[in-house]
Amino acid sequence: MFYREAGDFSTTYAEDQQTFPIKFDRYRYYVVLFIAIVVVPFIINDYWANSLLLPFLIYAIAAIGLNILVGYCGQVSLGTGGFMAVGAYACYKLMTSFPDISMFIHILLAGLITAAVGVLFGLPSLRIKGFYLAVATLAAQFFLVWLFNRVPWFYNYSASGQISAPERSVFGINITGPNTEAWATYLFCLVFVILSALVARNLTRGSVGRKWMAIRDMDIAAEIIGVNPLRAKLTAFAVSSFFVGVSGALFFSVYLGAVEVGEAFGITKSFLVLFMIIIGGLGSIFGSFAGAAFLVLLPVVLKVVGVDWFGWPTDIVAHLQLVVVGALIIIFLIAEPHGLAQLWRVAKEKLRLWPFPH
Amino acid sequence: MKYKLGTMAVAAVMAAAPAMADLVFPSLSYRTGPYAAGGIPFADGYADYFTLLNERDGGIGGVPTRVVECETAYNTEKGVECYESTKGEGALIYQPLSTGITYQLIPKATVDDIPIHSMGYGRTSAANGDVFSHVFNYPGNYWHAASGVINYLLESNGGDLNGKKIALVYHNSAYGKEPIRTLEELGKKHGFELTLLPVDHPGQEQKSQWLQIRREKPDNVVMWGWGVMNQVAIQEAANIRYPMDQFIGVWWSGAQHDVLPAGAAADGYKAVTFHAVGKDYPIFDDIKTHVVDKGMAAGAGDQIGTVLYNRGIYAAMLAAEAAKDAQAANDTTDITGGMMRDAMENLNITEERMASLGMPNFGPEFQVSCENHGGPGLVAVAQWDATAEEWNLISEFVQADMDVIQPLIDEDSAAYASENNIESSCK
Repeated sequence: MFYREAGDFSTTYAEDQQTFPIKFDRYRYYVVLFIAIVVVPFIINDYWANSLLLPFLIYAIAAIGLNILVGYCGQVSLGTGGFMAVGAYACYKLMTSFPDISMFIHILLAGLITAAVGVLFGLPSLRIKGFYLAVATLAAQFFLVWLFNRVPWFYNYSASGQISAPERSVFGINITGPNTEAWATYLFCLVFVILSALVARNLTRGSVGRKWMAIRDMDIAAEIIGVNPLRAKLTAFAVSSFFVGVSGALFFSVYLGAVEVGEAFGITKSFLVLFMIIIGGLGSIFGSFAGAAFLVLLPVVLKVVGVDWFGWPTDIVAHLQLVVVGALIIIFLIAEPHGLAQLWRVAKEKLRLWPFPH
Repeated sequence: MKYKLGTMAVAAVMAAAPAMADLVFPSLSYRTGPYAAGGIPFADGYADYFTLLNERDGGIGGVPTRVVECETAYNTEKGVECYESTKGEGALIYQPLSTGITYQLIPKATVDDIPIHSMGYGRTSAANGDVFSHVFNYPGNYWHAASGVINYLLESNGGDLNGKKIALVYHNSAYGKEPIRTLEELGKKHGFELTLLPVDHPGQEQKSQWLQIRREKPDNVVMWGWGVMNQVAIQEAANIRYPMDQFIGVWWSGAQHDVLPAGAAADGYKAVTFHAVGKDYPIFDDIKTHVVDKGMAAGAGDQIGTVLYNRGIYAAMLAAEAAKDAQAANDTTDITGGMMRDAMENLNITEERMASLGMPNFGPEFQVSCENHGGPGLVAVAQWDATAEEWNLISEFVQADMDVIQPLIDEDSAAYASENNIESSCK
């Protein structure tokens, strides 16, 4: 009834090709943006920012990045944690070497450095596929973590091997370090999330994204119709690593502030982001957000319900979290293998017809 | 359903509302994950001591205490979440029992004016209170421990370590890397050769490290381990028949659960400590009457008297004493984190005070000052007796080598101060 194309005419090509061609969709998108940019910063506090929104936004960028590689280009990667570490350490080295430059530039440069590293580790994808590529990227994960643990130059020879973010600002407002306001860090991350989603969305529906999808669906056929697999695969690795690097840089500098590579960027991080996109939906930008929200918010919600409301012992709740999250993952994969994004798509189809079933 | 949720929310608010007057001691514990073996007894001891205060004395200065427990699983992200969710409840002090989480919280807590007591862990250079105004690590820190180990080895080798080979098996994290600098400096001073053997998180895989030890036959092995890593290392040492009395751990590698899995083979293993071991203290009678017999013991209640349970009690006792001082100094029962910090900086623990609390000779006497947040650095050595299944102190509490440690503390804290533009806080 509300959600339908009928009566929504496009008179130019631009209107016809916009991201959200249905009016209701478009307005919903503007409302979400409005709330996120204008309303939330006024009501946000430290708890909401540091426990829920920052991790959600940052993981959403990582999930978008990995989704480009795995969901759109079909190259399985288990190196996300390692690439996030590259972003974090690149950001740290830049922050400490050039303290006067804006954090925006540092984060973007950290993303570019990660993109270069990603291309390097993407080279084997030209010869190996599927599970074998997963193993090759796993090697990247372990190598990068080992490297950042091993070479003191990366952590500026600090005694503990930790990197900690010094105070840096954007337009005179502190973004990193202890003296930050919740709204500032939130908005800073939000800007990166919105830009990432926009870029990713437009890349994936343009010619680059179509090439990626052609490679994903059948690489030999794609090659025959003129897609260069070298360029397609390496651009996918580069773009994906760029986003993952940006998220790693934000994760370290804005969210945690101090990081230890083995603990923060271990193999579990790679799996976490992979689970996000599998649950959210492979090959969908919305799915990246949904998956990140699911895996970041659910444990916190379970904790609040279990410990704060019911007063259960913390260890029982912690174990219960594993059980519930694990069970939900299995249920989702059985009931809807295409993830939350597919559920959303089905819901939209149903809404178009509602209230008439046929 | 909506109605039900609504009532639940109201009930939660009402349950929380009268609790505002409590003295809140958050416990960022970990009862799950690979480090739970160490996290459980500490959290139990910490909680039981405050339960004892509530039951026996009606709290501190008549105000009941409340321990808010939050599970971190030794994970820094969860640690941050726990910090943010508990600090709003009027938290007086944080004791995260994790070096990684401590590093995260140092700048945050300083801004929020809540003290951190990282007792025997955390950032060692926080001993310099001039730079780290809100962080305390009395009565001992990692560098004291490192020096304590070497002092003990010096003593057992007739004062000469020249040409000896010492291997450090350490957790490859901020925690495990802390002592390296100090041991290297001490190596230069005493002429021993240090071999570094990192073990990656969580520490179940140590075959190659112990193969290297078997090949190189170091005179002593020093361990900086935590969680599951400890038991694996002691088992591996037993497997290669490394003499246990030459194997010495830091105070986080010397509890019952670390040595019990290796059985009789662990006999003679040593670890340093900064407080007494065993349950031969009057306070345990009180805990039995007021906590255990009333069925209020934290956790499963099976940890009482273990090394880390004692450490939990000790940590809680130091926090409670500081809270008492803060109440006295400000003439109010309703104290804040800032008052707590000031009281910690002036904390004076004497033998009479510990004895009056039922803990005579439990830890060293010490006096905290603005410049020195690190305490005296007195380190003793305990040895495991596998037949009696108990730890016994085999040395006196010995002063650590401050000639080596103090310059390192000054250097590291100065670096932190310049990185973060911190001005001197002591006048």
